[in-house]
Amino acid sequence: MVTANGKSVRILAEGTGAFLPPDPDAMRRFVRDHKDRRLIDKRMSEHDAIARFVSDGDYVSYDTNVWRRGPSSLMREVIRQKKRDLWLAAKFSAHDATLLTAGGCVSKIDVGWMEVGSVITEAMRAGRLKMYEWTNGALAYRHLAGALGVPFLPLRYVGGTDVFNTSGAKLIEDPYTGQAVCLVPAVNPDVALIHVNQCDIYGNARVFGPGLAPVETAMASKRVVLSTEEIIDTEEIRKHPGATTIPYYLVDAVVHAPFGCYPGTVPGLYRADLQHLMEFGVAQMQGKMDDYLEKWVHSVASHNEMLEKRVGVEKMHAMRAEETHTEGYYT
Amino acid sequence: MTAALAFTTNEASIVYASRMMEEDRLYFVAIGGPPLLAILLSKRLRTPEIAYVVEDGTIAPQMPMPTPPFMIGAGLSSSRAAAWTDMNTVDFHAGLGYIDYGVLAAVQVDEYGNFNSTFLGEDYDRPARRFGGPGGANEIASLCWRTIVMTRLEKRKFVRTCDFVSSPGFLDGTPGARERAGLPAETGPYRVITERAVFGFDEETRRMKLIAVAPWSSVDEVLADMDFAPVIADEIASLDPPTEEELTVLRTDVDPTGRTISGAWITIEEVAGGGFRRAGAEVAATS
Repeated sequence: MVTANGKSVRILAEGTGAFLPPDPDAMRRFVRDHKDRRLIDKRMSEHDAIARFVSDGDYVSYDTNVWRRGPSSLMREVIRQKKRDLWLAAKFSAHDATLLTAGGCVSKIDVGWMEVGSVITEAMRAGRLKMYEWTNGALAYRHLAGALGVPFLPLRYVGGTDVFNTSGAKLIEDPYTGQAVCLVPAVNPDVALIHVNQCDIYGNARVFGPGLAPVETAMASKRVVLSTEEIIDTEEIRKHPGATTIPYYLVDAVVHAPFGCYPGTVPGLYRADLQHLMEFGVAQMQGKMDDYLEKWVHSVASHNEMLEKRVGVEKMHAMRAEETHTEGYYT
Repeated sequence: MTAALAFTTNEASIVYASRMMEEDRLYFVAIGGPPLLAILLSKRLRTPEIAYVVEDGTIAPQMPMPTPPFMIGAGLSSSRAAAWTDMNTVDFHAGLGYIDYGVLAAVQVDEYGNFNSTFLGEDYDRPARRFGGPGGANEIASLCWRTIVMTRLEKRKFVRTCDFVSSPGFLDGTPGARERAGLPAETGPYRVITERAVFGFDEETRRMKLIAVAPWSSVDEVLADMDFAPVIADEIASLDPPTEEELTVLRTDVDPTGRTISGAWITIEEVAGGGFRRAGAEVAATS
């Protein structure tokens, strides 16, 4: 690296891992040419949203995970449509990465943390799945860099570890202090899948509760598909503008998906279905993920059909009734 | 003589970690694992006002006890917090120096306190056993002033070289190694806690230092279960066994579903004239 005055910035060490190359101008051009600034009704079915905005080979980011306020219904649609060769940002993922890998959708994962069982390990050992080690924070931070429109950001972790060695991070001599500082590349995912509590038909969205990085993820990504528990009136949005954290022009699709995080929880609204999580765990342990995916994804045409035929009204009532703590979310 | 007392390896290390918690310090933990349980046990018994932040951006929650099942997927885990932020925000707070202790669980740890939570065996691309990954442990172990690591005392866990260094200790142990890698000054591992031994770090060599041993075990027994030889403190403290009160509160209030209480069972009994000894051979816990 050479600075404007001809002095070079010293690179002290570099990781060897592949990473999506940062290109802030490409992101700007994409936004200029493809993102709608008008207030238009973006409601569509999960089928259409995934068919239009997720392509084979895409870098896909999601927030948070299948256990808690994650876009589970959208991920099941990705599996249903047999998307292939995806590169996932697994920042604080649960078994989301396992589901998508079992569905044959994934070839690369940038990992912070994910729940791991035989599906991931076997895919790695068979050479079908390549892992790039980051950390939860570093991935959230790379999304922040992507959201800021800059090519990289400095940070004071990652350095010194095998995470550094296997990632795309670099260690430089900071031109201001002369001390060593680590750099990580920005990431601008092709598409983000985000489940929100409420939004209007244009995509003005509210996320309640602690988040992972929903705002950075939406800003950093070229396409943003929202699933939402509730579609609310724009008048309601305009009465409480402070509650909107993702404004409409970032958003490409709005999918109405009550119980969209199922089997996980949307805190304040419904609890997780622990029985279902056990069923998933057992399926993985017994090597029966194909049966699990057939039952919960492929044998039903949509999220609504899954809720109706596989979950049932009684279970949904119980999940809502037993989420008794709503303080801070809806009250 | 009192009746025999039985507890698991995990319970013992949770109890020992809980006794180190200080009310006037701020802690950073991942959700749901032994480190959080140690803080909750301390909160319930000794330090009611102790505060911690969680990776998901939750700041100083007051989780009800008995704790909810499946904490990581329960809204109650974040309830009555001082603030709900996001992952970058709490990492910024740690980066600014607000967070005193990071408490973390490790799969493997080396003599400089570097630790692994990524994989074991063969190589990175084709691991014999893959784990969840660094998660938030790397930033927590880099940015908090002091790191407390929890693991079991086993030869395959206390290794000369980790299969993968997911999170930093004192790196190669040379002076300034962490700063040269771009980590904040004056930070690093502070304690390694197991079910029957507690370690600190030698100020000069940065090597792990045995400072306390459970009364039913011995220095020799501890050393036999390590792949490297730690520095041994001039005086080895004795770890008081978990009390019945600690174990009861842990089992009924802190982790009532027993999801994270696993490992081997240890049964001890008091010896006439003072001290404790193992009452029987270890048997595998069912959970």
